[in-house]
Amino acid sequence: MATSEAKPTNKIQVRRYKPEEYPEKHYLNEETGIWAWMTTVDHKKIGLMYLASLAFFFFVGGMLALVLRTELLTPARSFMDADVYNQIFTLHGAIMVFFFLVPSVPAALGNFILPLQLGCKDVAFPRVNLASFYIYVIGAVFTLIAILTGGVDTGWTFYTPYSATTGGNVMMMTLGIFILGFSSILTGVNFITTIHKLRAPGMTWNKLPLNMWALYATSIIQVLATPVLAITLLLLTMERVLSIGIFDPALGGDPVLYQHFFWFYSHPAVYIMIVPGFGVISEVISTFSRKIIFGYWAIAISSLAIAFIGFLVWGHHMFTAGQSSLANMVFSFLTFLVGIPTGIKIFNWVATMYRGSIDMKTPMLYAQIFLFQFMIGGFTGIMLGALAVDIHLHDTYYVVAHFHYVMMGGMVMAFLAGLHYWWPKMFGKMYSEKWAKFSAIIIFIGFNMTFLPQFVMGSQGMPRRYFNYIDQFQSFHQFSTIGSYIIGIGFFIMFGYLLYSFFRGEKAAANPWGSRALEWQVSSPPPLHNFEHTPVIINGPYDYHKPMSEFQLGIASKHNGHHAGEKVDISTTVKDKA
Amino acid sequence: MNRFSDFMLPPAKSTTAETTDALFHFINVTSLIFLVGITIAIIFFSWKYRRRSDEDVTPVISHNNKLEITWSVIPLILVMIVFGWGFTGYMNLITTPDDAYEVRVVAKSWLWEFHYETGFVSVNELHVPANRPVKLIMSSDDVIHSFFVPDYRVKRDVLPNRYTSLWFEVTEPGESIVYCTEYCGTAHSNMLATVFAHTQEDFDTWLETAGSADDDMDPVELGEQLVTRNACDTCHSTDGTRLQGPTFQGLWGSEREMQDGEIVVVDENYVRESILEPNARITKGYQPVMPSYAGTLNDRQIDAIIEYLKTLQ
Repeated sequence: MATSEAKPTNKIQVRRYKPEEYPEKHYLNEETGIWAWMTTVDHKKIGLMYLASLAFFFFVGGMLALVLRTELLTPARSFMDADVYNQIFTLHGAIMVFFFLVPSVPAALGNFILPLQLGCKDVAFPRVNLASFYIYVIGAVFTLIAILTGGVDTGWTFYTPYSATTGGNVMMMTLGIFILGFSSILTGVNFITTIHKLRAPGMTWNKLPLNMWALYATSIIQVLATPVLAITLLLLTMERVLSIGIFDPALGGDPVLYQHFFWFYSHPAVYIMIVPGFGVISEVISTFSRKIIFGYWAIAISSLAIAFIGFLVWGHHMFTAGQSSLANMVFSFLTFLVGIPTGIKIFNWVATMYRGSIDMKTPMLYAQIFLFQFMIGGFTGIMLGALAVDIHLHDTYYVVAHFHYVMMGGMVMAFLAGLHYWWPKMFGKMYSEKWAKFSAIIIFIGFNMTFLPQFVMGSQGMPRRYFNYIDQFQSFHQFSTIGSYIIGIGFFIMFGYLLYSFFRGEKAAANPWGSRALEWQVSSPPPLHNFEHTPVIINGPYDYHKPMSEFQLGIASKHNGHHAGEKVDISTTVKDKA
Repeated sequence: MNRFSDFMLPPAKSTTAETTDALFHFINVTSLIFLVGITIAIIFFSWKYRRRSDEDVTPVISHNNKLEITWSVIPLILVMIVFGWGFTGYMNLITTPDDAYEVRVVAKSWLWEFHYETGFVSVNELHVPANRPVKLIMSSDDVIHSFFVPDYRVKRDVLPNRYTSLWFEVTEPGESIVYCTEYCGTAHSNMLATVFAHTQEDFDTWLETAGSADDDMDPVELGEQLVTRNACDTCHSTDGTRLQGPTFQGLWGSEREMQDGEIVVVDENYVRESILEPNARITKGYQPVMPSYAGTLNDRQIDAIIEYLKTLQ
């Protein structure tokens, strides 16, 4: 529907750019070969490299979990020693948290989707982006060395003085995670800059996709909190190597100080893990309800509120640790406050579905599983925030179950929703909807079988990180273990159909879901530089009441995307709906 | 409700347990109402507003201030109730009544020592009077441990560099399990103890006679009892199984290689040293993790353990 009339020369002509269907040339086949991939600064390829690494770590962490659950089939030793068990639960936690959850949505899905949603050709600092991937790899190598040279049995929290006195290679492991932190910081800096500076013309802050708001909030936490982890691990290293007393009471240090340091990072880190998930869910629910998101600003601001209050609640991990009762009271109070913006989000998502046109495709199914399981995670969080009750439940399986409901039941489901949502965009292939839904339901059943009994066990007093346990808990543990095998089967099926889709899948259209968001207005897979034109934004990303044509506007890219000082005239185009 | 309570929670055996349980149930019931309500809404909307054709047009409902304020304020009120309730309960948990009976607790990897006013020390067995507040003053000899009695709904970390305390009042005589809930290494999950709550009279009698019964006992029999009572068998088996420490079976009189290559014959002096200064010499292949029993076991008791070891060939 090119605007044909003559325009004053000082104005730029905006016209509609329909995405090319089934493009012959795209980012996957334009620069090929190992070297091109390894040295690429293309955010999409870097995102995919992250995705592949994440898949590997998720597989390793998941297998370790299955081994743990198998050992727990019997109250005493089943097939491994206590020391091996302790190392395995440490690795399961550390790998899942630091190598999967933290980078999952921001580094993998975020890297791929952020410039596409903003309408730019890449992130602000493409080379820094590549550097952050290699830092992640180096961190992983260090951790791998730690595992192969003695292992670590401290738990993923590395609590002192235990971590200062135990054998194994704690040093190497902390060094690995120290290095990994820089990857996280660089990604955060990159995203903040990109969101501030590289938004397409017309994409004002109130037209920013909610996924961008979520990544923005996440990046702020990454940049502000991760250095504290680095400092903590550095102090821990100094203590072990140079015997400077900081945390170890034998040297005159204070072990509770370590817990403050650690949770000052690790609690916000929980929000680094979950907030990007909120972004994905906002996109998916709006797209598959084909309806404007309810309470755009409430969702956007609540992400920032969570990021902010999330910094002030770390002490709720230490209610029994010996901090003052005043501190306990304040932390408990603030913990409840952080629940409110989270609740608001849930209500907004459900309200978005009201009177929508709901298409129950796989991403939407995962989004709904997310809502259900994340609510359970949230409500049990309220339980743990209540001081008197937490005294009873602290460090029991109740906490284990709560954490897994938030992280796996919430975050991983959001990640899977995002993966299935953007899969056609990433590879230009569709997956089998039937198999995908089947495996989603298997995972849902398995997950709840695994973790619901753990709430009961924990309430009954079963402590976490126990190799042996008293007989009364055996039936719960066995039920839980069977559930974990079912999850395993679910993921195995997923691996199968995604692999099939990757090689033999049906070709995907540019916009298979009928979304209004910008990343769907380019071909699938996207061109090497995302947009052949400079996109122009006149509507919000969820304005489903407006025709698709208004979401495919752009300026010819003869200026290479730079239009400083030029005015953009969109008025004629808007009226001229094709 | 009672059956649900029995399923979810261990029996409530302390005076403070009731508040904790009431709040536990309140949060569960309120959450369940929200969870069921919202889940029904999700399922209902998904069915009622399912996509009928690709041409479906949806209404523009961008926000609704009244609704949004309602669903922010109601949860806020609810969580503030939970906060106040939890905080009040917590204040009761940390405010020890003046007339509390004090017991000193020392945590070591991986056992609990309980020191009473008479100087008697019991390991992994805590004896307390019922219907009277009991205050535990706790510290750790090594890493952080945590003292947890599910039946009493009390838990407190035990730190190496300072004292922490907790109190409870048991409502009726009986036994309850104690867990260590702060991860402390290899035998963390074996670091269990039992609380025996007696009537005041029984407790007084127990305290008077505690330890004195040992006087008339045969040394071998006493040694056997001490090995169990002091949790030696958490790490040293008597049947040849390898645990955290060397087995006692066949230990006596054998030659052992130490970490530094020294060969030691297990005799009276070596056993005595190993009990009082366990980390002075470590058998090759084992970790220096045993806590010292100096101050816990007297000479006569060490003699009895030696006599017992001699019988384990």
